This record gives sequence, C-alpha cells and structure tokens, in this order.
Amino acid sequence: MTLQVSDLRVHYRTLRGDVRALDGVSFSVAAGEIMGVVGESGCGKSTLGKSLIRLDNRMKHVGGTVTLDGENLPIADDRAMDRFRFTSVSLIPQYAMSALNPTRRIGRLVADLLAAHGISYAATLPELTRRLALVGLPERVLENYPIELSGGMKQRVVLVLSTLRDPALLVADEVTSALDVSTQRAVAETLVEFRDRGYVRSMLVVTHDISLVYQIADTIMVMYAGRLAEKAPSDVVVTEPLHPYTQLLIGALPEVGARFGDRRLTGIPGRPPGLRNPPQGCRFRARCPLAFDKCAEQPPFVEVAENHQVACWKAGS
Amino acid sequence: MRRYFGRKLAIYALTFVVAVTLNWLIPRFMPGDPVLRMLTRTSVSNPEAIAPMRAYYENVFGLDVPLWKQYLKYWVELFQGNLGVSVWLFPAPVADVIVDAVPYTLALLLPSILLSWWAGNKVGALAARRKWLDNTALPVSYALTATPYMWLGILLAWGLGIVAGLFPVAGGYSFEMRPEWSWAFVGSLAQHWFLPFLSLFLVAFGGWAIGMRNLIIYELEADYANYLAALGAPRRLIRRYAFRNALLPQLTGLALQLGVLVAGALVTEIVFAYPGLGHLILQAIQNQDFFLLQGVFLFIVIGVLAANFLIDIVYVLVDPRTRTGMQGAT
Repeated sequence: MTLQVSDLRVHYRTLRGDVRALDGVSFSVAAGEIMGVVGESGCGKSTLGKSLIRLDNRMKHVGGTVTLDGENLPIADDRAMDRFRFTSVSLIPQYAMSALNPTRRIGRLVADLLAAHGISYAATLPELTRRLALVGLPERVLENYPIELSGGMKQRVVLVLSTLRDPALLVADEVTSALDVSTQRAVAETLVEFRDRGYVRSMLVVTHDISLVYQIADTIMVMYAGRLAEKAPSDVVVTEPLHPYTQLLIGALPEVGARFGDRRLTGIPGRPPGLRNPPQGCRFRARCPLAFDKCAEQPPFVEVAENHQVACWKAGS
Repeated sequence: MRRYFGRKLAIYALTFVVAVTLNWLIPRFMPGDPVLRMLTRTSVSNPEAIAPMRAYYENVFGLDVPLWKQYLKYWVELFQGNLGVSVWLFPAPVADVIVDAVPYTLALLLPSILLSWWAGNKVGALAARRKWLDNTALPVSYALTATPYMWLGILLAWGLGIVAGLFPVAGGYSFEMRPEWSWAFVGSLAQHWFLPFLSLFLVAFGGWAIGMRNLIIYELEADYANYLAALGAPRRLIRRYAFRNALLPQLTGLALQLGVLVAGALVTEIVFAYPGLGHLILQAIQNQDFFLLQGVFLFIVIGVLAANFLIDIVYVLVDPRTRTGMQGAT
C-alpha cells in the first residue's frame, strides 16, 4: 500500500471562521494505482491534492494523518515536508504554463532545483534528455527560456521535471483544464505512460472532467462538500454508480450519439452547501432526490462491494 | 538585435533634437534682455557709447543675426563644442563654467542614485519577509518618499548642521580653502558633500524600498514560486528568483526616475549652495544668462538620455523576454 490517508481534516482560516474544506477523508492508494478525484468546484478535491504536498498559508491541518510507504508525512510542517517533496511526493500544478521562472533558462532552473536537493545536474542530464525525448521535446529546450516554448511544451517540461526523481506519489491538479481536447488526451496518455514506465508509482489525478479521468484512472473517488461520496474502480463508477450524487453527475454528461437538440442536458439542481457551517447529516441531502428521514444522520463511508465504498444510507441496503 | 538598437537610437536622436530645440527656444522667450543687462552693469554714462557697445555685445553673443540663423549657428557650434559665452561670468565660455560645476553634481548624483537604488531594493526585499521590519521600514519609507528634496535638505541642514554642528551647511568646500590636492581639502569636500548627498539618498531610498517590497510580495505569490516551493526548493532559492525578477521593474523605474532625481539634485544644490549645475541654473536665470542656461540644460538632457540608453542595454541583458521581442516571436 503506497498512500494511506486517514480522517484528514484541513480547514481554511477566514476572518469569519474556519471553512471545512476537508472534513474527515480516509482512503488509500495502492502502488501503481492512478486514482481520479472528481467533484464540483468547492468540493475539496484541490484542497486534498494540495494537502498532500504543500499547505498554503491559509490552510490549517486540523486532524488526521497521511502515511506514504509506512512513513508519516508531516504535512503541517512546511520545512519537514521539504525532505519528501520532489523525491517522494511531487506535483503537476494547474498553472503549468506559468510554473517556470520566466527569467531563467530551463536547464539552469532544473540545475538550481537539483542542486538545492543535493543532486548533480550533470549526472541527471542523460536521464532528463531521455525523458524529454519521450514527451517529444528536443534537448535544446534546456537552453530556452519558458517564453520561447508553447503552452503545450511548457506543460510537458513541467511533467518531466516534476517526475524526474521517480516520486512514489504524483498529484496532478487539473492538469488538463487549460488545454484543448487533443492536447488533453496526449497529456493523459503521457501520465499513464509515466506510470507504466515506473517514473511515478501512484498518481492522484484531481479533475472535474469525469470523461477524461475515466480513460486513465484505475479508481475514481467522488467528493462532495469536503467528504468522500463514493470510491470504486473507474468503470464501476461510470456504469453502476450507487451514490445519488455520482448518478446525477454521470447523468449530466453528454452521451455519444444522443441528439441534444431534442432533449436538454440535465444538471444537478441547487448548489453545494457552504463549508463554514456545513449542514448536519448527509451533506447532499438538500439536493438529493432520494433523501429521507435517516439522512439527517451522517452516513458512514462503507464498503458495499469489493473495492466499492459509498457514503449513502440507500446504497447497498 | 541590431534593428532594436537602431530603432532605439533613432528615438533617442529625435528626443535629443526636440530637447535641444526647446532648450534653445525657452531662454529666448524669457522676459529680459541680457545685452541690456551687460550695458547696465558697465554703467556707461555716455549715451553715444551705448550703441557701439550694444553692437559689440550682440556680436559676441551672436544675437545680431535673424533667429533662424541663430538656431542653425547654435547647432553648428554645438558640434564644435562651443556653447557660447556666459553673460553672468563674462567673458568665460559656457563650456568651461559647466565643466567646473559638473564634478560636484556628478559626485552628488551618482552615489545617491546608485546607493539609494541598491539599499532601497535590499531593505525592501527584507521588509517583504520580516514583519517587524515591514512595520517600521514601510511607514518611514512612505514619509521619506513623500518628502520634497529641499524640505528634507533644510531639515538636515538645521538638525545636523546648525543644531548638532556636525556638518557645514553651505558650499562645496570650506570658504577658507582654495581647491588643491591635499587631504585637508578632500576632507572638507567630503564634509560638505555629505548633507546634500544624504537628503537625496533618503528621499530616493524610500521610494525604492516601497517599490521593492511590493514587487517581492507579488513575486513570492507568483506561480513559479509556488511550484518551486511544492518541489521542495529552499526558501533561499525562491527568494533569489523573486529578487531577480522584481529587480526588472525597478530597473525600468530607475530609468523613469532619473529625470526626477536630477531635478531633485538641482534643488538640493540650491539649498546647500553647492557649486554644481543646480547652482549654475539659479544664477543663469537670475542673470538672464541664456547661454549658460542652455548649456546646463543641454548637459542634463544628454546625461538623462545616455543613462536611459544604458539602462535599455542592461535591461536587454538581464531580461530574456525583451530579447525574444527583438527577433520576432518564435
């Protein structure tokens, strides 16, 4: 088992009180697994991704633990985390286009970063060039400044740089959001290839794009309002979802072959609850077509079938 | 690259022509007549002598030909290094008068501009990450940068000069001395130099420190800084990058501020009766000395343009983004 997250709680501190962006999240990611994390904006998926590598200064670790290969990750301690970053846990940020220092040649930037970790650039260079070639970039890009590359090229440079030390866990935060569909597919395939070649052991792909994550992820985890709603192998989530939220989410996707001139795409009415004072019980209750009295009590996140966990009173019973 | 600098040079040349033309025009639109002034100074009693004397002076100053000829002659003489004859210090050539004053102004300007830029950037960058320094340096910097040069100069002259008696408050060197290469004279120069330097330094310092603080905070929030932090880069590396990137707008700021700083130096020189160009300008205006005024302004124009050009070159060297613009996007 590579990554084990138990009862993780991370709050955003605001002047009007804490926003409970992650409110008790437990799951594990196996070695070699690509896990997709999906959900609406504000469900806590990005917070989860960030929590595993670097809390920003508004975020506060309130409770829960994260272990990677049996070792506890000190996620609340920014300095202590430095030892794990890049080598054990790495990140491909949402803003890959602007993630490189504009005034430094890419090769120099990589050299600076490696030197800061006590690694020789010269010794890493052959592997670096090999991986750049793998994503279709010539060695020459190391002599370039970021502005001399296209957006897609920068994205690939970041992909290679983030995984250069073969991290055990890679967090890919909305990596495809800013790309056009054909580039999205190329990036998604590269992620899978990097896993297959062992450049990355396990991956957490945070996205709102279910159809994309379905193509690359082994497992999909659906989040809602700071909690886990459902977690199952990708095809199970897409074909036989049990949580009503997952069902509505999948139902809201356009189908291939369907003519939407005849019927309108459906969405999920309402919006997620505010997380400063989240409602008691099941947080999806207000929008759920199946809600009943028992939903005032918080449903446990239980395994209803093999590798299939759901937090809903109606599921599996 | 060559096209870029070619275009830049053309712009500077055009600016130079316009500046020199304005510079030539303005004294001629000023009220007053320098020749009349010369005549009254000699207090000729014989009315018949006035006419030939007027003709003589007009000839010396080149005022006996039509305006357009004066203008052309001005350009021609400019390239021969001849800036005319001073009215105030007649018959000293303007070029000599300026050359005597320039070292004083440069000795004030160069250290105060460069040191305030350097120190302001350092302190601003420190303030961006030390709360206590931010809370003390920032208000002080705001107060300093909002202070007019001459007012701070007067305060310093009063406080450190008159009350504390640490520094002399007027002149470029002690009135009891004559210029020579001796330790005593150099010491006197330094003593007289310190207060005008300090007032220029402090005002400029405040502006740079505020600018740098804000830029660093902005840079540390930038995506590349977050990405490096997520990859476990030490704070030192991230700050180094942020500092380097924040220096670029400060460099542009330096180019823009040069003119202001020069003007500030001129006013400060007047406060301290410092024998530099500012002092010359005041005297030239009071004595309706067209030629001296023209000469001093010309020197300032050339100085500011040259400094700007230098900064342009430095900018190209330090910011790769300007270089791509030159070759056309790839």
